[in-house]
Amino acid sequence: MFQTHYRLERKSLRLVLAIIVVASIGGLIEIAPLFTIDETVETDPQMRVYAPLELAGRNIYIREGCYACHSQMIRTLQDEVERYGPYSLAVESKYDHPMLWGSKRTGPDLARIGDKYSDQWHVMHLANPRGVVPQSIMPRYPWLTTTQLSVEHLGDDLRAMRTVGVPYTDAMIANASADAVAQASPDGDTAGLLKRYGEATQVRAFDGQQQTVTEMDALVAYLQILGKLSDAAKAPQNAKASGR
Amino acid sequence: MVSALTASERTGALAILFALLGAGVVMAASTATRSDPMGFHGYLVMLYALGVMVALLRGYFDAEPPSSRLEHYYDDPTKAGIILAMGWAVVGMFVGDWVAWLLAYPDLTFNSAWASFGRLRPVHTTGVIFGFGGNALIATSFHVMQRTSRARLPDQLSPWFVLLGYNLFCLIAVSGYLLGITQSKEYAEPEWYADVWLVVVWVTYLVLYLRTLARRKEPHIYVANWYYLAFILVVAILHIVNNLAVPASFAGAKSYSLFSGVQDAMTQWWYGHNAVAFFLTAGFLGMLYYFLPKRAERPIYSYRMSIVGFWGITFFYMWAGSHHLHYTALPQWVQTLGMTFSLMLLIPSWIAAANALLTLNGAWDRVRSDATLRFMMMAAVFYGLSTFEGSFMAIRSVNSLSHYTDWTIGHVHAGALGWVALITFGSIYALVPWLWKRDAMHSPALVEWHFWLAMAGTLIYVFSMWNSGIIQGLMWRTYNDGGTLSYSFLDTVEAMHPYYIARAIGGLLFLIGAVIACWNIWKTIVTPSPGAVSVADGQPLPSLLPAE
Amino acid sequence: MDVSHHLVVVFAKSFGLFYLLVMALAVLAYAFWPANRDRFDQAARDVVEDEDEPWA
Repeated sequence: MFQTHYRLERKSLRLVLAIIVVASIGGLIEIAPLFTIDETVETDPQMRVYAPLELAGRNIYIREGCYACHSQMIRTLQDEVERYGPYSLAVESKYDHPMLWGSKRTGPDLARIGDKYSDQWHVMHLANPRGVVPQSIMPRYPWLTTTQLSVEHLGDDLRAMRTVGVPYTDAMIANASADAVAQASPDGDTAGLLKRYGEATQVRAFDGQQQTVTEMDALVAYLQILGKLSDAAKAPQNAKASGR
Repeated sequence: MVSALTASERTGALAILFALLGAGVVMAASTATRSDPMGFHGYLVMLYALGVMVALLRGYFDAEPPSSRLEHYYDDPTKAGIILAMGWAVVGMFVGDWVAWLLAYPDLTFNSAWASFGRLRPVHTTGVIFGFGGNALIATSFHVMQRTSRARLPDQLSPWFVLLGYNLFCLIAVSGYLLGITQSKEYAEPEWYADVWLVVVWVTYLVLYLRTLARRKEPHIYVANWYYLAFILVVAILHIVNNLAVPASFAGAKSYSLFSGVQDAMTQWWYGHNAVAFFLTAGFLGMLYYFLPKRAERPIYSYRMSIVGFWGITFFYMWAGSHHLHYTALPQWVQTLGMTFSLMLLIPSWIAAANALLTLNGAWDRVRSDATLRFMMMAAVFYGLSTFEGSFMAIRSVNSLSHYTDWTIGHVHAGALGWVALITFGSIYALVPWLWKRDAMHSPALVEWHFWLAMAGTLIYVFSMWNSGIIQGLMWRTYNDGGTLSYSFLDTVEAMHPYYIARAIGGLLFLIGAVIACWNIWKTIVTPSPGAVSVADGQPLPSLLPAE
Repeated sequence: MDVSHHLVVVFAKSFGLFYLLVMALAVLAYAFWPANRDRFDQAARDVVEDEDEPWA
């Protein structure tokens, strides 16, 4: 009795092991090489990180599920390059935890939406898309303009991002909340923000209101930086977009 | 149901529920100072624990079950799982149809955050895949593993832990999306604490499965169990790897995934594609390989082919995920590898579909008369069609057209409605009368109605999405004579409108079918078989049912 | 770094093919091994038979 039982158990464990081995080898072989080089194709030492306000905006983009309808990945196809701009490089999403390449374009690709439209256009469009683009089927997000952005714990977010490999400095983490407010307050003290994140950092009242920092500020700040963290894609290599 | 638990199992259940309650308190308390949506989930966990606790305590001091219980299979969790699966089916499909209408009439959101497409879409996907599909898989796997092992479940507590724990995960997931809690990883949206909880539940499920197999009296492990086992094992691996993340704070919901950019894309689609493989294919093939032969009363056409198919699916799928990333920043050799293996995947897939259909040889008259068997037959047909389509769409040049368009949505629903849902409905229609000891379903006519509604809904859905996807893909790449793009993006959005309405109508038909199924199942459960004395109202009901 | 990456890629590509062939042969051998025939036929028949109670 004991003997049979023991044999039966061994057989089911053998099956378990076989399934694990057979199933995992495919995944390992395919994924492992991607981890053996830091960036699978190119590098960009000039690449800058998301400023706290932009990261907060990115989190709103995630929270509202924007990625369900908008991709951020321009493929190496001629029509895409003509419609959206230079095709996306791996390095451009190297600080994207998680990536937001998307899988569906119910709306257009946003990989290079930054600076294509004015802040005001974005604010009006997000509040009521059909007020700006009558044929649009995007939901409205009017409450973004009236909802205060919660900035007090942004330091935690930056620290977590550093843990997973984004080069935020101690000073960036310590000043995360203040920097988020500063980026949306052009009249205030922005010296620290510009020192930490670079002179090119966009400092504006993105939602058009000077006094408050709203979720609209954060989301528009994020949209306006899309495609602008790195200049790598502007290099001449993009001329070789494959056919079609 | 509590009366079936032994005294020590009741104590164990109570201890688990107290631990869960404590976890809920900690979650709610840790967010007290920082207004984080995780606090809501703390209260939800507490409420869930208390609710189950009340149900437990009401039967806590009942007499212990007699030892003769060990002479029967333990089917209470299966029964509960079927009811939960049908409940989630209606919820998930309702939300699905709602978001379908949103794409045609975008102002149906009442200007509130929770009702926007981006938040409701994962409610639909999680509701149908994990709520409906997952509960159906858990319920049927409990049934199949006992029957094919000729052995009872090893205890009565762990199946309940798996089933109720899994549904708590689904509740946390779905309510979280409405509040804006999401990782944004497709088909793996729930945040870190929900993911950790699912690991606990899932490991218990695996151990339960292995313990049952270890108790089996039948030396050979029937092939359906292989599929279920692969489903449980590989989903565990996929879930853990894909959800590796660092929480911003343990007092908040937000986390940052360990991987970024191209590695994250590859990991997410390795997960996404294999969730299709091992959740939506392997698990449901387990269902097919048991319920189809049972219902047709014929052994599977070729047992050997089922084995070959099994290893083929286990082997090939893992390589295929990168076909979701053609023409992206992923290295090209990985794309090519993904495409090649996606094409080879057709072999084991069609082996399975052919095996199912050939099993029906000699029983085609019953397929005509028995809608339940017809559900299973059509499921096998759609399985063959959608796997063919999947391999086709994995070809780089085809994918350049289909990717990012509704063609993908159409393909997914050919599989989800045509294969997954049909095999599940077929299995449930077979299983309900067996479990509740009825001669047949309450109304065979309504099963028939459901079949045709599901069929019409699936076809309308899939054809409208094929049309809109191919049209949109072609419009995006059309050039005029001057060498510039002919259509603006908005032109293509406008062109989709009629198809979005047609799709929503197709979805509605499918939803109506599911509601009818719920009613029919419910009536079957509460109506005793003719001849049997009704416990509920003391009088036997007249026979409405023709013999099968 | 670059060399080891190159090696990993070469290994991934060549070993994959080898693994595929061995895997296919092993599975086919197992499924069609004459000695296994009766066991499989029996298993296929067993499920459709009556099974109201667990075996003692």
